[in-house]
Amino acid sequence: MSTQAAIATVPYKEKKPFDYSYYMRKGKFPHIWCPGCGHGIVMKSLLRAIHASGLPQDDIALVSGIGCSSRTPGYLDFNTLHTLHGRAIAYATGIKLAKPKLKIIVITGDGDALAIGGNHFIHACRRNMDMAILVYNNYIYGMTSGQSSPTTPQGMIATTARYGSIEPTFDTCNLAQAAGATFVARGTAYHCQELEKTLYDAIMHKGTAVVDILDSCPTYYGRFNKMKSASEMMEKVEKEGTVSVAQAAKMTPEQLQGKLLRGVLHKVERPEYCEEYEKLMAKAQGK
Amino acid sequence: MRLKMPGLCNPGLSSVKLIAQNANYIKLYKHDRGEFMTIKKGKQKKFIQGNEACVEGALYAGCRFYAGYPITPSTEIMEVMAAKLPKMGGVFIQMEDEIASVSAIVGAALGGMKSMTATSGPGFSLMQEGIGYACMAEVPCVIVDVMRSGPSTGYPTGPSQSDVMQAKWGTHGDHPAITLSPSSVQEALHETIRAFNLSETYRTPVLILYDEVIGHMREAVTLPEPGEIEVIERAKPTCPPSEYKPYEVKNGKVAPLAAYGEGYRFHVTALYHAPDGFPSGNTKLIQESNERLVKKVYDNRETIWKNEEFYLDDAEIGVFAYGVCAKSAKFAVKELRSKGIKVGLLRPLTLWPFPDDAVEEMAKQVKTIIVPEMNLGQIVHEVQRASRGRCEVRGIFRVDTDPIHPKQIMNAILGKPVDATVIPAEVMIARDMIDG
Repeated sequence: MSTQAAIATVPYKEKKPFDYSYYMRKGKFPHIWCPGCGHGIVMKSLLRAIHASGLPQDDIALVSGIGCSSRTPGYLDFNTLHTLHGRAIAYATGIKLAKPKLKIIVITGDGDALAIGGNHFIHACRRNMDMAILVYNNYIYGMTSGQSSPTTPQGMIATTARYGSIEPTFDTCNLAQAAGATFVARGTAYHCQELEKTLYDAIMHKGTAVVDILDSCPTYYGRFNKMKSASEMMEKVEKEGTVSVAQAAKMTPEQLQGKLLRGVLHKVERPEYCEEYEKLMAKAQGK
Repeated sequence: MRLKMPGLCNPGLSSVKLIAQNANYIKLYKHDRGEFMTIKKGKQKKFIQGNEACVEGALYAGCRFYAGYPITPSTEIMEVMAAKLPKMGGVFIQMEDEIASVSAIVGAALGGMKSMTATSGPGFSLMQEGIGYACMAEVPCVIVDVMRSGPSTGYPTGPSQSDVMQAKWGTHGDHPAITLSPSSVQEALHETIRAFNLSETYRTPVLILYDEVIGHMREAVTLPEPGEIEVIERAKPTCPPSEYKPYEVKNGKVAPLAAYGEGYRFHVTALYHAPDGFPSGNTKLIQESNERLVKKVYDNRETIWKNEEFYLDDAEIGVFAYGVCAKSAKFAVKELRSKGIKVGLLRPLTLWPFPDDAVEEMAKQVKTIIVPEMNLGQIVHEVQRASRGRCEVRGIFRVDTDPIHPKQIMNAILGKPVDATVIPAEVMIARDMIDG
């Protein structure tokens, strides 16, 4: 079912344009994000995708770690948990096993998921427990004011990489796929409508779904790296730096040099952890 | 809580005489107490390890979620859970590390389950951030630390009591701490049930600390029958979801904890938060919240405390011992009492909050308090503080991974030199002597 078709089938007090406030904890705004930050755009795409999924708010748990993106759950009206730095996936694992009917959406950042939480991230991919892990990837630690992260591109400036980062980066999608995630996709805040579709697919996927969401931090990453405005950043990194899977099919390897692919990059079916646990219980009980 | 505890201490250390028995009852006389006791027959008895008893207690208390990571000497808890939980419809998961384990049990608790993890020294260090989270977010759960020799990797199969201060101060910030310290296999079972009850009552993580000896020692254990021991179930909110405030305090008690996915869409964070659960930077709120967190345990210390007093009534010398040291201490006290020496034992089953009042009472009465510990002096400082200079406090510290010998405690009581590690052959006590 396409996103638009799904939206049409969901009965709720829909207003036009889309009534985001339906899913928001209105008293908890203003949010903490800086002007020009992409997190708000991603949040809107996420809400549209959740709406399209038709899942009731009571059946969704948003779990986050620490960082700018991890403040998202506090603004949204679901079962929400703001955990420790890097640990969101581990907490989410406990929630999912306790309440398997819940759809778990983990909201995390590049530092949160891939540095301090890297171990939990790869093991979640391996287990294939039903949860969507959304990595808001802005190439930097924003909340602590601009340190380099595992995705800071080589040569770029951060407060802890004053002369340019010399560290190779993680590719979130390659890492997730190699670790066993059954759904791997990339989107950007710039391509917000496409992101909505990608997030919808991630939420509807049965198993561990990882979405690498390219996002911008003009306050630190942009300022340090001579990208003067938020829109300039989005154009340079998210628009010019990526191509969709469909576009890429028509391009030569030379043309694809330095570009990241957007869209669903990997999708396979593999037994889901909670369902396997159900079978294990039946076996243990001699059924 | 002051306790007379027939049947809970190690039968091996009690002088018990069989008086009579029939198909239903056994009547015993306990010499050390000068009292008769009757034990109902037909109860399920098992000869099991402390670690297995801990699992029995947890399951009795309604624990249906275990997440853990293998580590000596606590691994049997995990292995038995892995075998038993799926049969009972519970959840067992082996996580990628101890940080993930403690995180997962908090997640499961927020999903409405009674949950537990167990570990030892290095894993306990890793769990500290998660323990702090559970304190701050006020999520009930139980964490077992089977203490082994440290620091760091130390001597993994050797017992120790060197995590007792970490249990109080391991995670950063001022936080509530409840720590229970069983000193027999039967108590490992009972104290685990009590840990879950306290955890649910105060909405806080509860730690169980015992040493490798208690963890791996096998003793005969009576399994409680359903309904025999009170099990406290989690209070659930009864208000409409729109009015639910997960951190609202009424009559000094924090609100009941809802479960995710049951219609209460609440927010949990370990940032300082208002009664509605959402972050707040209000300085007054921060002060009050931190005070409340600590006080919710401290103000209820009298109901959380649990001590065994042994020959203390007329004692002139006191021993303060917990865990396996209490076994040696009890033997030493009994031996010296038989020789007419007025010595008594105070044995805390609750280590934190520290039993200040009981220690002070003892300090008023005795000339010296002897504190045997399998570390280089941790709880002894608390005893010193709580005794307020009313008596001398002396420690016996041993970290060679052998338990403190009763003879060492006897020597200390008698004012003889106590060598911490080398026990001369003539003081070695035959095993049958301990059994007597």
